[in-house]
Amino acid sequence: MHNDARLRALAARRTRFAVTLTIAMIVIYFGFILLIAFKKPLMGGLVAPGLSLGILLGALVIVASWVLTWLYVRWANSYYDRELAEIRR
Amino acid sequence: MNAPVHALLQAVPAAGDSVRRATQIGEPNAVAMGFFFVFIAITLGITYWAAKKTRTTEDFYAAGRSISAGQNGFALAGDYMSAASFLGIAGLVSTTGFDGLIYSTGWLVGWPVVLFLIAEPLRNLGKYTFADVVAARLRQTPVRIAAAIGTLATVIFYLIAQMVGAGGLIKLMFGLTYETAIVVVGMAMIAYVLFGGMIATTWVQIVKAVLLLGGATILAVMVLSRFGFSPLALFRAAAERYGDGVLAPGKLVANPMDAVSLGMALMFGTAGLPHILMRFYTVPDAQAARKSVFYATGLIGFFYLMTFILGFGAMVLVTPEVITSVDKGGNMAAPLLAESLGGTPFLGFIAAVAFATILAVVAGLTLSGAAALSHDLWVSVAKKGEATPIEQLRVARISTVALGVIAVLLGILFKGQNVAFMVSLAFAIAASANFPALLLSIFWRRCTTLGVVTSMLVGTISTLLLIYLSPTIQIDILKHDAALFPLKNPALITIPLSFAVGIVVSLLTSDPEASAKFAQVERQVHLGAKG
Repeated sequence: MHNDARLRALAARRTRFAVTLTIAMIVIYFGFILLIAFKKPLMGGLVAPGLSLGILLGALVIVASWVLTWLYVRWANSYYDRELAEIRR
Repeated sequence: MNAPVHALLQAVPAAGDSVRRATQIGEPNAVAMGFFFVFIAITLGITYWAAKKTRTTEDFYAAGRSISAGQNGFALAGDYMSAASFLGIAGLVSTTGFDGLIYSTGWLVGWPVVLFLIAEPLRNLGKYTFADVVAARLRQTPVRIAAAIGTLATVIFYLIAQMVGAGGLIKLMFGLTYETAIVVVGMAMIAYVLFGGMIATTWVQIVKAVLLLGGATILAVMVLSRFGFSPLALFRAAAERYGDGVLAPGKLVANPMDAVSLGMALMFGTAGLPHILMRFYTVPDAQAARKSVFYATGLIGFFYLMTFILGFGAMVLVTPEVITSVDKGGNMAAPLLAESLGGTPFLGFIAAVAFATILAVVAGLTLSGAAALSHDLWVSVAKKGEATPIEQLRVARISTVALGVIAVLLGILFKGQNVAFMVSLAFAIAASANFPALLLSIFWRRCTTLGVVTSMLVGTISTLLLIYLSPTIQIDILKHDAALFPLKNPALITIPLSFAVGIVVSLLTSDPEASAKFAQVERQVHLGAKG
């Protein structure tokens, strides 16, 4: 029974983390889209010769996707897998 | 020269001498043919090897669960990066600049969602199709039928877009007739799936992903070598010639609601694409499924960053006038760029890569459609799970041939039609019919069979209906003056609608078996079938 409680706690924890990361991705991507839609002059402004804020943020959306997946995989490979291994025992 | 392409070139008013530029595109290209035959020979060799290993349904649908996380990462990337993204986005960037980049980011952001919410539970709960997961604690027959409808709708629209695109592109690049191109694609694809099942399909995807990533990288490095290996110098050159406007948002996001709606279809549709979801069953366990998404996200993101370079490279080195004179849609930007940097041999290589790309994607789609027909409809619904392994394998193969023939016929039927919207339609159906059902059935104790089934059906039907009423069909295709529904992509409405219907109907009905099984299913979501 103790095992079941531990699994439920782990499940809740994973769901919380997964939902947080999903919301982060939604905010980042739709924030980018809404900036393009409503702040066109700002996004067209140059932050360096040849580099507009829009291009920079577009590339950063891709980088953010990498970082978020990396955060999850790091958490899952260490904490989540270890907990699962102990629950299985 | 091939007659239609010649006519197209002549039909475009010449904007000065710069437009009349020699290109080998559209002429039979010995190098392209050579690379193409090498690709076909290698993939058929793989298929022969895979056919000998394909004995059970587990081999046929799931490659015997023997694919490693790294291999599956490449295969996922191969399944996902279609010729549309390689040729289409490069073309869009080369003719519109920044606006094209909006797509580059949109196509990637679905992958983190797949990882966080779907990949591991799917691997732990299912066997071959995503319907296995939805049906884990709900009643088999209605769930399987609704899921098969969602799967087939997604697969068919995606297939039509790929086949029609394939016919047109191959005609343009190799000078084959449209019908010949479709039949060649259909035959090769049926051969891979029919004989080699998932093992062959996976390795075709891996070969294709390596070729596509390699080809795009070589092309990008060659572009950057002209600009002192600085992307900023490249963007600056584009801005100097065409104005700072090419680095800024233009007309593409004229209607913010349209952009958000398309964004929602891309973000949540990826997590509902049957051929992508099926790939998670090919790895040994949930941990490998997790790692494979991580690799795929890295590869796909890298590829879309490449499209920044290729698009602006083609804008500066080939010029939009030349690109649109060869193909009005701009699809030939990357091949033209290859030709201007590496001559006819490199054009041939890139053309063959584009062909390989199309072939691999249609093979993956066909296999997932065949699994819905045979595993979900025939074995689980018609035979109530009582089919011998030999019969299951036979039905899977018959379904493959049937679906392959249908794909070829639809490709020919839709010749010359504007089918570009069908890819985003496929994503919208996947996002509205398949994704909510997966999420509700995995995570929500209170959901009922009736709730989830209605959600899937409403998701599919409302998406189809709203697309039909959208400006894309009413104004662009049927040439009416106005459209009843204002958005080009319906996901903004249909995803919330499908969730709402699933939740409300679940709350109004009861399904004691579904809630009784929740604890057991939750355990399996984390620990797998063996835990």
